Formats: sequence, structure tokens, C-alpha cells
Amino acid sequence: MLKIAKERLNELYARINQTMGLFIPVKKAGEVNYAVWKEGKEVSLETLKTVKSPKNMFFPQTENMMKFKTEGKNLEVIDVRRDYAEEGKLFVLFGVKACDYKAIDVLDKVFLAEPIDTYYKARRDASVIVTLACSKPEESCFCGVFGIDATAPQGDVTTWLDESYLYWQANTEKGENLTKLVADLFENGGDAEVRAQRQTTSEILQKLPYANLDLSVFKPENLNELFEDSAWEEMSEACLGCGTCTFVCPTCQCFDIRDFKTNEGVLRYRCWDSCMYSDFTLMAHGNSRTTQMQRFRQRFMHKLVYYPSQNDGLYSCVGCGRCVNKCPQKLNIVKVIKTLGGKKND
Amino acid sequence: MQEVKTEKKEFTPNIVAFCCNWCSYAGADLAGSSRLTYPANVKIIRVPCSCRVNPTFVLKAFQQGADGVILCGCHPGDCHYVTGNYYTRRRMATLFSFLNYMGIEKERTRLEWVSAAEGAKFSAVMNDFVKQITELGENKRLTDLRVKEGE
Amino acid sequence: MNAQKQLLESGEVARVIGWKKGDFCFDPSPASFETVEELKDFVYDYFCGANLSKYLIQMSKKEGKTAVFLKPCDTYSFNQLVKEHRINRENVYVIAIECLAKLDIEKIKANNVSFVTGVEVVDKEVKVTSIDGEITLNKPDVVLTKCATCNKTHQVKDEEIILHERPIKDVNRFEEVEKLEAMTEEERFAFWREQLSKCIRCNACRNVCPACSCVKCVFDNPASSISAKANDDKFEEQLFHIIRAFHVAGRCTDCGECSRVCPQNIPLHLLNRKFIKDIDGMYGEYQAGETSDGKTPLTSYTEGDVEPKDVFNGEAK
Repeated sequence: MLKIAKERLNELYARINQTMGLFIPVKKAGEVNYAVWKEGKEVSLETLKTVKSPKNMFFPQTENMMKFKTEGKNLEVIDVRRDYAEEGKLFVLFGVKACDYKAIDVLDKVFLAEPIDTYYKARRDASVIVTLACSKPEESCFCGVFGIDATAPQGDVTTWLDESYLYWQANTEKGENLTKLVADLFENGGDAEVRAQRQTTSEILQKLPYANLDLSVFKPENLNELFEDSAWEEMSEACLGCGTCTFVCPTCQCFDIRDFKTNEGVLRYRCWDSCMYSDFTLMAHGNSRTTQMQRFRQRFMHKLVYYPSQNDGLYSCVGCGRCVNKCPQKLNIVKVIKTLGGKKND
Repeated sequence: MQEVKTEKKEFTPNIVAFCCNWCSYAGADLAGSSRLTYPANVKIIRVPCSCRVNPTFVLKAFQQGADGVILCGCHPGDCHYVTGNYYTRRRMATLFSFLNYMGIEKERTRLEWVSAAEGAKFSAVMNDFVKQITELGENKRLTDLRVKEGE
Repeated sequence: MNAQKQLLESGEVARVIGWKKGDFCFDPSPASFETVEELKDFVYDYFCGANLSKYLIQMSKKEGKTAVFLKPCDTYSFNQLVKEHRINRENVYVIAIECLAKLDIEKIKANNVSFVTGVEVVDKEVKVTSIDGEITLNKPDVVLTKCATCNKTHQVKDEEIILHERPIKDVNRFEEVEKLEAMTEEERFAFWREQLSKCIRCNACRNVCPACSCVKCVFDNPASSISAKANDDKFEEQLFHIIRAFHVAGRCTDCGECSRVCPQNIPLHLLNRKFIKDIDGMYGEYQAGETSDGKTPLTSYTEGDVEPKDVFNGEAK
């Protein structure tokens, strides 16, 4: 275990930034989101939940896919993809919490399965992920329900933060390489502190109001029963049909592909889409989901039933609690789990 | 106009002018037949009435790379549809003020009343507006970067 | 407080729209109640900030009368929706409920409280119990932004519930707008650029807005040429917010829901307030939603209206 004094973190960031890109939670106009680190930016590792999750770094909200240029009758297709790892342009994603790290697993199963999404893969291959253990979980957290240990996230490097030090432990080869680059800034020690912090945090985690949610009914064999449950109507009643929950969610992965006419040709890009939107399922023949109840049901059935049924029982919710905090009308996945989840959740 | 071009060769602004069919569009015609000149970088879009111009049109013009947007309508009281331009006036007064509140240079937007008989005024207004935008420079705040990509 | 129970019991209304208690003390959701039995979850507290008037667009079309709880600011939205023929007034029973400013849990948590177990309000003090102990906050510091400058009174009521005596506040809701106006163009641009670059285009501001009641929004309509889901580069989110603010200009009642729901806490109400301030200054004081009839400032005119260029010449008006 290595450690570095909190006051020296800026040196650490600067050192990493000498050879690699660095994405880190940064406070801008009052809100903390992942952003490119630069000298003078206000880093906030203490923030438990960034508004947008770090999925944005692998699967950006908008991303150019290709360009088309026409000259006379010729159409030229310009590939804008880049292989960052090949170019040696690695980047460090710093301060990822256990839930958000697990969410990357969920995304990997979608984007890295055949056919591989090369846009996603290029970023994924070029990343070194430095996770940060939680020390102050809040009432909306429920990562434990999905078997995540918030006190010891994985990743290429795991770090812990307390009042005075950041503790650092490399887990993978990528992590070791990064450590070599910054090793002289660190000193040895910290095992006892980390152990103590993990102990304290674990105790808080057990006390969280959502710590004991029961997911046992959410399995493929109950699909029809859950789908037809009469409670969906009531649960979705107040839903505005906005995309807040999907856009702050670390595992939501739906996107739309659109063209944009520039003065020089056409730019094809993709951008996040939300199953909560009325036009999400709009097709040439019409719209297959016409009510907000159907859209609402889709989102939660996908997270709790459809996705796990195709991915060996892995839920596509990681209990980060962002939707719990951010839903304008305070609807969320926990309320769904409690309503449909049976007696144990009462 | 000659002056404008020699002063700043590197920048010729794109100007979108929404002109009412019943007055300023005819005013532009009159300017032409009277051999009065106005800059070629003014792109005229004919509308049935100045109040046909939805604020979205103004923004869309900026998005697509316009450096200035001007609306020309009939003088208050002379609207072909009686009251259209009164609505235009309120709409654009609030819109222009709002754009300025967002930090957009107030010189980039303008509303002028030009009748079908005012060919000279049309030419003068356009020359003046182009000069003003040329001095102001390129619209960078309201443009969509993607539009100018590759230039 | 049992108006809702009597109304349902007597059969005078078919349903009541109010708030349903959540899992914590600070997360009630809007809900409809059709039976007395369901009312066991009914709650009205300091976290019932949501404006329920927009739900009436759907609810007032249903069979039977709908009773709704409206706070003072919500009644303006209600009137405006009646004026635009979006709500069937005859089908609604308005229970005007006192407000006394709602709390913002994010502002409370910003005081280094992470695990809140209870919130209690005593006069101007908010006592917050958390896993780390109890702290007392000054209420005006932790109310919703929309409540901080509110001085509204009920405009519609079929029945009134007064819980406390209402203090009269002396507030200037345009203070923030004036601060921005006093800046240079560059500063204003930088301000909005920084704020709007946070936008994630979740559309929460639009979907919650009682003035945004179009059946299909232009931004969702592929045929409109401005439909967009992305907040790409510099322009998309600006276009969206400018058009939205303009579209509700003269109809926005300043209910402040847009700022309440924004996940990135963008002060969207400052966009709408600029329009309100300009309209007040140029065409005379106007408060949307004060009545349920009459014309709005941008759908009327006078012959001597100010010219756009004079707006800037006077600047202050």
C-alpha cells in the first residue's frame, strides 16, 4: 500500500497529465461532473455522486461516427474513428466509485459483445481506471444489494481517501505501469488506516435504509407475471416522461443515430436516447409504446428482468442511487423493487 | 460598400434578411431597378409578412452560420394584413433583448420598416447593417460548430 | 386536514391528486387517490414542492370530478392552463393549500450531511437529523429556489386550507436578472455558456413545465428541422433553451418548476424571468395566470409599442 498527502494530490494529477489524459470529478457552475483535468480546476473527489456517471467517458452523450462528403456524383465516407491505445493516447479515469465501476461491466457486456462497438472499445482499451472507495455512503445508496463492496472497488488501481491521505494500491498491469510513473510522489504505508476505514464504512453500509432490498422475484421465469402486474399503472402515474433517470444512470446504454447537415457535407453522430421519451420507439409503421406506463415499465423491466435473463443474472442496476436523488417527481427503481418485490421489502 | 470590402478582406459576413413580400421585398426590387446597390452577401428570404418569422427562424439562421439577421416589414399601420407587424414588433423586441441577455451582441439583430417605395432606404439599411456586422466580426456565440466544420 | 377524505367519501369527487409519502422524509411523489383506503399514504409536508396543475390536463378529462391540492404558485399555472383550454375547469375541485415555502433536500445535504434520517421545521429553523447527529439550519437558506422569492397568493379556490398565518415578504424576484443585465455581453455569455454546458437535454424542465403543454413538442418532431436529442457542441442546448423560454414568454407564471427539476441545477428560471421583466417594463405589468381569461402580452399590441432598437438605447427602460 502506498500513500500520498492530500495537499499533494495536485502534483499527482499534474504528473499523470504529463503523459496521459486525466478525467476526474470537477466542480463547474456548482455541479460535479467528470471532466478533463487542467491546472486550476476544482477537483472534488469527496463528492459521492457526480451528476453524470463516468460512462460518459466511454460512451459520450454525443459522438461523431463518420462524415460524408459529396463532390459531383462522388460520395466520400470519412472514418473518424481513432485507435487511442495504438496511438499511445492513454487516459486515466480517476475516482470511480464501486457502483460506477460495476456499471462498466454492464456496459461491456453490451458494447464488447459481438458485433463489437469499435467506438466504445477504442476508449475502453485506452483507459486506466483508478477507483475510489466510498467512506460516506448516503441513504439513497444500495450497491450492496447487487453484491458490490463500496469499500473495496476493483479497477486498475484502487484508492482510499481519508482526512489527510490518499491510499493507493495497484491491481493490474496497467495499474502497475501507472504506479511506476508516479511512484516517487508516494510513501509506503496505510494498511491499518484503510482497514479501519473499511470497517467503519461497512458498518454504515449495513445501516442504510435500502441495504436489504429483496430482488428474488426479479427472475426470468416471473417475466410475464411482472410485466402484467397491475401496479405499473400506479407507479408510473406521476412520471413526466423526461430522461433524467436514463441520463444520470451509469448503465443505461440506448442511443439514437442521426445526421447533421454541415456546410461541408453530412456528419453522422450518435447521442444518448431515453426509453422514457415518447419518440423512442417511433418507427415508420408507428409507435409501439404509446403510453408512459409502457415506457416506464420497459425501463425497469429491462434493468431487473430482461437484461439479467440474457446476461447470467447480472442486473443492469448497480444501486448508485442517482435516479433516487434526481427524479423530479421522486419516482425510482427502489420504489419499483419495493412495490413488485414482494413481502420481504415491506 | 467598396470601402467595407477593402477594409477587412478576410471577413465577408453572411447576412440573412427576412423581407415582407408586400413592402421591403418590393423595396429591394425598386433598389435594383433604381441602380442602387446593396452587398451581395445579404441573402433575402421572402416571407408573406414580417410576423411570419418565427423566432426559431432567426436562431436557425444563426446556427447555420449567419453573422447577422435582419427583419424588414411594412411601417406600423401599413401592414398588408392590418396588424401583423405590430406582433412582429413585440416579438422581436423581446427576442432581441433576450438574446442580448444571453450574451449575444445586440448589433447582430435588427428590425427595420421599409416600404415598397423606399428602394433607397432598403439599400442604405443593408449597407449599414453589413458594415456594422463586418466591424463586429464573425458570429461565434450562436453558431453551431459542426456547420463550419472542415472549412 | 381531511378535506380529501370527505370529498371521496361523499362521492363528490372521483379522485384526489396530492402527494404520496416516499421512503424517506424528503421524497414524496405526486399521486392520485381514488379510495379512502389509498389515502393512508397521503402526505403534505415541506417537501411537497411539485406543481400538480399539469397533471390535470389528463385528469380533468377523466370521468368524474378531480380534486387537486394547489399551492399559491400552482394556482397561477392552473389558471393559465384553463385559459388555454387545456384543463376542463368544471371537472376540477381546487383545494387551495397553504405553502410556507418548500425545502430543497440538495441544499440541506450541501451542509455536509450525507445520511439524513429526519427533517423538522420549527419557524425559521430546520432541524436535520442525520447519522452524524443533529444540525440546525436557517430555513431561508435551504428552501427551493422558486420559494425564495415567492410572494404569491391563491388565485383559485373551491376550498381553502390555512395551516399557518402567512407572513408578508418583501422580495425582489428580479434581483438576479438585474445582476446579469449589469454585466457586459462577454460576461453574460460566459455565465450562460458555463451554466448551459451542464445541460444533459433530459427535457425535465420542459416536461414539468405547465406552460409547455404542446401535444408534440417541436424538439420531438422529426419534421420540424430542429428536432434534437443531443446537447452537441455549442448550439443545441442554447437553441433549445432560447426557444423554450420564448415559447412560454407571456405565459410563464414563474412557478419555478424548471429550476427545481433540473438535475444539473441550471438557474433556468432566470431565462423566463428576463422575459417577464422585459414584458413588465415594455408593455405594462403582467402576471400570467392571475386570471383565466384575457390576452397575453405577446398576442396583443398597441400602436405606440417600443421599437426593438429603442429597447437597447434606453437599456434600463
